[in-house]
Amino acid sequence: MVLGDDVNTDLIIAGRYCRMAEPAELARHVLEGTEWEGKVSPGDIIIAGRNMGIGSSREQAPLALKGAGVRAIVAESFGRIFFRNSVNIGLPVMVVPGVRGRVRSGERVLLDFEKGTLEVPAERLVLHGEPLPPFMTEILRDGGLVPHLRRRMGFWTRSGGARALEKRRGNRAECTTTHPVPGLTRDAGDHSHGGA
Amino acid sequence: MRASMAPTLSERILARASGLKEVCAGDFVEASVNLAMAHESARLAIVGLNEIFREGRPWRHGPALDPTNAPAGWARNRGRVHRGRRARVWDPNRIVIILDHRAPAESEESASVHRLIRDFVREQGIRSFYDVGEGVCHQVLAEEGHVLPGTLIVGSDSHTTTHGALGAFATGIGATEMAAVWATGKIWLRVPATIKVSLRGRLGRGVTAKDAALYLVKELGAGGAEYRAIEFWGALGAMSISSRMTLCNMAVEAGAKAAMVPPDARTLAFLRAAPPGSPARYWIKTAAARRRGAGESMESCGGSGRMFRACLGMREYREEAGEDGAVYERELELNLSSLEPQVACPHSVDNVKDIRDVEGIEIDQAFLGSCTNGSLEDLQAAARILRKRRVQKGVRLIVAPASRRVYIEGLRRGLIATLVGAGALVLSPGCGPCLGAHMGLLAPGEVCISTTSRNFRGRMGSHQAEIYLASPVTVAASAASGRITDPRRMLG
Repeated sequence: MVLGDDVNTDLIIAGRYCRMAEPAELARHVLEGTEWEGKVSPGDIIIAGRNMGIGSSREQAPLALKGAGVRAIVAESFGRIFFRNSVNIGLPVMVVPGVRGRVRSGERVLLDFEKGTLEVPAERLVLHGEPLPPFMTEILRDGGLVPHLRRRMGFWTRSGGARALEKRRGNRAECTTTHPVPGLTRDAGDHSHGGA
Repeated sequence: MRASMAPTLSERILARASGLKEVCAGDFVEASVNLAMAHESARLAIVGLNEIFREGRPWRHGPALDPTNAPAGWARNRGRVHRGRRARVWDPNRIVIILDHRAPAESEESASVHRLIRDFVREQGIRSFYDVGEGVCHQVLAEEGHVLPGTLIVGSDSHTTTHGALGAFATGIGATEMAAVWATGKIWLRVPATIKVSLRGRLGRGVTAKDAALYLVKELGAGGAEYRAIEFWGALGAMSISSRMTLCNMAVEAGAKAAMVPPDARTLAFLRAAPPGSPARYWIKTAAARRRGAGESMESCGGSGRMFRACLGMREYREEAGEDGAVYERELELNLSSLEPQVACPHSVDNVKDIRDVEGIEIDQAFLGSCTNGSLEDLQAAARILRKRRVQKGVRLIVAPASRRVYIEGLRRGLIATLVGAGALVLSPGCGPCLGAHMGLLAPGEVCISTTSRNFRGRMGSHQAEIYLASPVTVAASAASGRITDPRRMLG
């Protein structure tokens, strides 16, 4: 589904529904009152313009979209908090400049978050966006920040390990999480979760 | 290149928070949080926290935490983080919860949310809890002396940028992220590039910091400062802390991650006036000792207590970063003297016009309040206009003082009496109708002029309603005449 520019979090879910927390419940009111009301269907990938999800920090916005069955959001640019929130609840997001206008509603697209590409097979079109940093794809693979934390205590590096994430770019994704626990070896076979 | 340049305020604060000597814009850092604030959003964070601690699948890398590998926050949780143990926050003294979005509860669901949060606060031993009626979270947090210069503050509200007015790096996060912060005390952040905004001149009569903020959002555009920090420099000496809070509050409407005013004498005076027993008072008390310490380096800001080690060598910073010391991505100049009253028109905050272009539009409702403009200064400005006037028939003027302290002071000075006498209706301190949850929503076709920060379609009720954003003076003048009015006409 294709949305416009400046779709703010108030449009995605109105303030009065934010007392709810169940994605399914929220999904009933997603994009209510807008031209896109009722048009989100399960399995959709949302293509949006500039400033997708600007405004309030309400996590109910990406939750409502996720509840409605949205599988990923691709936009020219995102509101900062919405972007973080989406990753944290396990809803994949990607920045692809120039995506709007190149993809029509209802078209089938393929996304690769690690390479940062969006492919429209029907038109043999490949758009290049910004790949997600490996620690983010890792969070997404785990299904969000909470399961990620439960799984491996997070993406933390040793205290003072700034830029460690940067340095480890290019290494395997799982290396960007935490330092390997001494005495425990990790083998790659342990990490097959399938693509996002 | 970087070595010879002074770091920006964000770089300084984030380097300190992540225990590094220096960081550059673009770096990812893992930072320790000094203060985590939440409002009703705490509910989702509580769900997240419980989920983190829930019994279930084992940790991938074995059951025991390796202490050398664990982030500092886990130290307190050692022995407790294992699955199935009771969820514990990393440090109850660094968590502040303030109920303001639906205060008092407008529905049974909200009442249950409030109750859940109250139980959580009791169970976790969080002392800094402000129940419904204490005010809007950002006003309360600053007023009660929780905000200190040079600290890293995260809040699960987008307008957390407000606290940069006191020289903190404060940014908004979501609820799940808050749960992670509660569990560990850490957060990953990308160090933002900085936009420097230099203010020149002096605000004219009837023109306020809100007009400057709206003008800035117009200049930058709704996404113009996305992923960036804003530093305000220049003619801030004459600007009160409330005005600075308005500037930093609105910066998020341009997408800013944080907005900061480097601390000065006014900042110190504000901290000195904080309530006895508050962190700010303690910080002030130990400041002299810190200054006496060896040199004035940031490390010497130790004092006693970890929280206060977070302080920044303020004088040092002003001297070093000075007017042109640091590397800024972009520099903007804003001439306050020539600024006209500004109005943000429907349905986006960057759709800002000079007041003369929108004067005469009829209104149904006017709202004075919110984290942007609900301070004593704002009530004063409105009362000045309405002292000898009445709210136009057919117009509702709704006032929500930003905090209990503002409310009491407003009562003491007779401002509330003036406003109510002129026909206003006063709500309990809190967010009021700003986010469209309750109290003062709009019908289809209605027009509202508001001192709040967002005019998105449907924000305050109907999708067919229109919201204009303006300063408290403009809102009061418009309420008095029933149409959008240049306040300078009424100030003579």
